[in-house]
Amino acid sequence: MFDLFTDYTLRTVALGAGILGIVSGVLGSFTVLRHQSLLGDAISHAALPGIVLAFLLTGSNEPLPLIVGAGVAGWLGTLLVRAIVRNTRIKNDGALGLVLSVFFGMGLMLLTYSQSRPDASQAGLDKFLFGQAAALLRNDVITIAILGGVAIVVVALFWKEFKLLSFDPEFGSVLGFRMGTIDVLLTTLVVIAIVIGLQTVGVVLMSAMVVAPGAAARQWTDRLGVMVCLSALFGALSGVTGALLSSTGARIPTGPMVVLSASAIVLLSLLFAPNRGLVWDKLRSRRVAISADPREQAGL
Amino acid sequence: MARNPANRSLPTDKGPAVPPSSDHELAIEVMDLTVAYRDKPVLWDVDMSVQRGVLMAIVGPNGAGKTTLIKAILGLVDISAGRVLIGGLPYEQQRRRVAYVPQRGSVDWDFPTTVLDVVMMGRYGELGWIKRPGVREKQAAAEALDKVAMSDYANRQISQLSGGQQQRVFLARSLVQEADVYLMDEPFQGVDATTERAIVTLLQDLRDSGATVVCVHHDLQTVTEYFDSVTLLNVRRIASGATNDVFTEENLRATYGGRMAWLKTASQTEPAQD
Repeated sequence: MFDLFTDYTLRTVALGAGILGIVSGVLGSFTVLRHQSLLGDAISHAALPGIVLAFLLTGSNEPLPLIVGAGVAGWLGTLLVRAIVRNTRIKNDGALGLVLSVFFGMGLMLLTYSQSRPDASQAGLDKFLFGQAAALLRNDVITIAILGGVAIVVVALFWKEFKLLSFDPEFGSVLGFRMGTIDVLLTTLVVIAIVIGLQTVGVVLMSAMVVAPGAAARQWTDRLGVMVCLSALFGALSGVTGALLSSTGARIPTGPMVVLSASAIVLLSLLFAPNRGLVWDKLRSRRVAISADPREQAGL
Repeated sequence: MARNPANRSLPTDKGPAVPPSSDHELAIEVMDLTVAYRDKPVLWDVDMSVQRGVLMAIVGPNGAGKTTLIKAILGLVDISAGRVLIGGLPYEQQRRRVAYVPQRGSVDWDFPTTVLDVVMMGRYGELGWIKRPGVREKQAAAEALDKVAMSDYANRQISQLSGGQQQRVFLARSLVQEADVYLMDEPFQGVDATTERAIVTLLQDLRDSGATVVCVHHDLQTVTEYFDSVTLLNVRRIASGATNDVFTEENLRATYGGRMAWLKTASQTEPAQD
């Protein structure tokens, strides 16, 4: 663990994973509150064909083209979900499932094809499946930091609008806000939060990073601002822990490690958070049962 | 304007429909409004004129399109045909004059925010994009909470509220919009008798101060007591006008169809049964 302060590679890895954890934590809070947890899953899986296509087209494994490819594909995926829901009788969850599997299937097909190319082994595209934090370079971290920073600044600017969208979009549109535009903006930020994490966490498990920190944070607080900050903290914590666990061991993929760390935080939060935690719930109901006589209880 | 004169309500005592003018008699005009989901009409060729300064109920059976009518006036659903004017002008130009109280169940009350914060949302339209609410908005919200007797709850998390308290928070949120037309979707839904009285008084005060209030309402027993105007709706507009003229057994029969028999016996034997 002390290597963190001396080892340059570990520091790069931890920094990258921490930043992406913060960004996915912040955007994930809104995803959780809007009951759109599956959306993250669809976006991250839909990004795979974009990554491979970007590589096939540019022949480069620089972070930016691949992230742009992932972003475009993820974004097209969400547009397609909307179009399906609007124009057919398929419901939202069905549409998400469809887009997720079709895009992911295409991605795997393209990935297999690209492996047959002579330069494929250097590109290391397969790390996008389950993530490989150890492969993070300084360049990758800079890209993650810039994109993530922009996303967080936009959230801060449109805080009020995003709150309105998450709580009562119809009222927002009565007030004169173009809620469709706000929705597209927020979804775009979620896409950004996801694609900057794909190299580290992988397309298969990245969606956990936009759900778990937010779900855990919700347990501890009843204020949106506090929830978003806590969620960022939890995201960073699970990102860094997962990345370090995987880069110390030999060839452990990062995605599963990150998800395990995040799950541990969720579990602890579900159990021990004051007010909403299960343990406190049990304790409280026992205390009530012991101390209060039936008449008093009825008065509650 | 009216394709079906037989179906048209009593003309107002000011005479036939006044053409749009600047100081407009009519708060809301709905003309030939048709709304359809897929192929099924939810509202069919509805005309409705709401005088300024009235307190109107929209009543009708489930699926009559009451909520859809409110949402169509607010531009929340796509209109297949017809148009809506607020004070003689299209809604887009009159947004600031219209306040909205949605159904209580339309939002997730477990959302992590406080009562005061929800009420302040009513000021967001005035604030516009990006600008954050400040002292003035807080003050307006606090005053509105005072009017609905919810001041003590300002810093409560909204999930801790009872149904009646949630309803009052939504009312307060519409009050800070400082509108003169209020559209409310079932403001009495799930509230206790005391809260219902308090809300009625508030709505009547709003009306007496010159505002126009239109509520989707479910309880036929209280229509005559609470509202001075009423619109009877069942996909088509059955009748609309002063409660005394329009709220007749004949019109109710036309609105509720076969279920009238049940309503009649219910009103004779057990008042306020549902």
